[in-house]
Amino acid sequence: MSLVRALVATLVLVVAVVLQVAVFSVMSFDGVVPNLALLVVVAAALVRGPEIAAVLGFCGGLAIDLAPPADHVAGRWALSLVVVGYLAGRVRHDAGTSAVAALLTVGASSFVGTSVFALSGMLLHDPAIPVAEALRVIPVAVAYDVLVTPFVLPPVMRLFRRLKPHEVAY
Amino acid sequence: MRPSTPGPRPSRAVLVLLLVACFAVITVDARSGDSSPLDPVRSAVGDVFGPAENTAATAVRPFADVPDHFRTTDGLRRDVARLQAQNSRLRSQLAGVALDRNRAAELDGLLARSSSTGYALVPARVVAMGPAQSFSRTVTIDAGTTSGVRPDLTVLNNDGLVGRVLRADRSTATVLLLVDPESVVGGRLGSSMEVGFLRGRGDVGGRARLDLDLVDASATPTKGDSLVTWGSRNGRPYVPGIPIGRVGAVYSSPREQSTRAVITPYVDFSALDLVGVVVDKKTRSDRTVIKADASTTSGGGR
Repeated sequence: MSLVRALVATLVLVVAVVLQVAVFSVMSFDGVVPNLALLVVVAAALVRGPEIAAVLGFCGGLAIDLAPPADHVAGRWALSLVVVGYLAGRVRHDAGTSAVAALLTVGASSFVGTSVFALSGMLLHDPAIPVAEALRVIPVAVAYDVLVTPFVLPPVMRLFRRLKPHEVAY
Repeated sequence: MRPSTPGPRPSRAVLVLLLVACFAVITVDARSGDSSPLDPVRSAVGDVFGPAENTAATAVRPFADVPDHFRTTDGLRRDVARLQAQNSRLRSQLAGVALDRNRAAELDGLLARSSSTGYALVPARVVAMGPAQSFSRTVTIDAGTTSGVRPDLTVLNNDGLVGRVLRADRSTATVLLLVDPESVVGGRLGSSMEVGFLRGRGDVGGRARLDLDLVDASATPTKGDSLVTWGSRNGRPYVPGIPIGRVGAVYSSPREQSTRAVITPYVDFSALDLVGVVVDKKTRSDRTVIKADASTTSGGGR
């Protein structure tokens, strides 16, 4: 990944993380906000494949882990977004073709990402998350992520496609 | 890094490398407890993200108020009726308690003179809220070390106790809300002076509740009783006497031989905006520190 591409990707991630905590908090549903960094990672996975998405997932996750309102053990969101980036990248040949498949990928990614985060918290007793709380939050998070997908995924995918090095179209 | 080609299987090496990196970060941060080697990194990232969050929150604030402009006349009329009823009720209460009020004012003046602990507040606005997906209830406020905010200070607003400062960067600080499952606050029942510990449940919004475990198992809180902070040593992290909430429900379980009460907090945690951080009176700050002296001096002069 060349320097310019890395810079643009970093910028997109930073904007996503800031919007997520500072802007979408006024539109939160029961405290749940759309996970924009996860959407960026999924977009990268659908366009560029699992490796780059996993790297972006790591950077974006670390940003969520370390940026101000966060107070959990660092590296937990990084872990779940790496997993999300890799898995979404593996299914991209099926998901990159239709809108419905992309929505399903986002839903599944959001479910996996939030669940991995919740499970890591349960293992570490970081905040001791009650299972009922996790079961309440995860469906709302998945629904909200799918809801904002049509507004976020296409522009970000277009951006990543333009940044893509010359390659045979598939 | 090579661009991935559609044909062959993606390499596992990158994934394994990143997963190992994640586990390394988690281990380093989880094992080292309070003085994590990641703290400098956190603070550096905070110094970058804090101003960005401030700017984003300032830009979006006017739009957050828009829904208020679309309220119907009907709704406004209902509000007026409700407020008028409330007003007249309060006025009648006020007339009844004039005597008590005078006594309380005298007592306040005495207390203020003897201890001179009128709290000084650094005003701040909430600029970012941790998502519920992270399962911890924290917010970012736009006052940091330059405004005199330090870790382990009490944060409150008009309605009552909000939480305490966890970390302070240059221009922002992270506040742990009362409703976070990790938050434990010492509380005192207003009527019986019994003390207990309050734990958050992790819910914000209308269903925000706190669990109260009383130290004296035989004491029974009554429904509607109000709860204030008990206070910590040197007023850190919690200063005494800040209202927290009111007793919403009481359960007693014979098995645990104690009474559990559920507290409804006064503060609406999903609509936090202006808050105050209780600081030492001599704190240097780049913004105006609100001093409580004005009220205590007038109380003493009476």
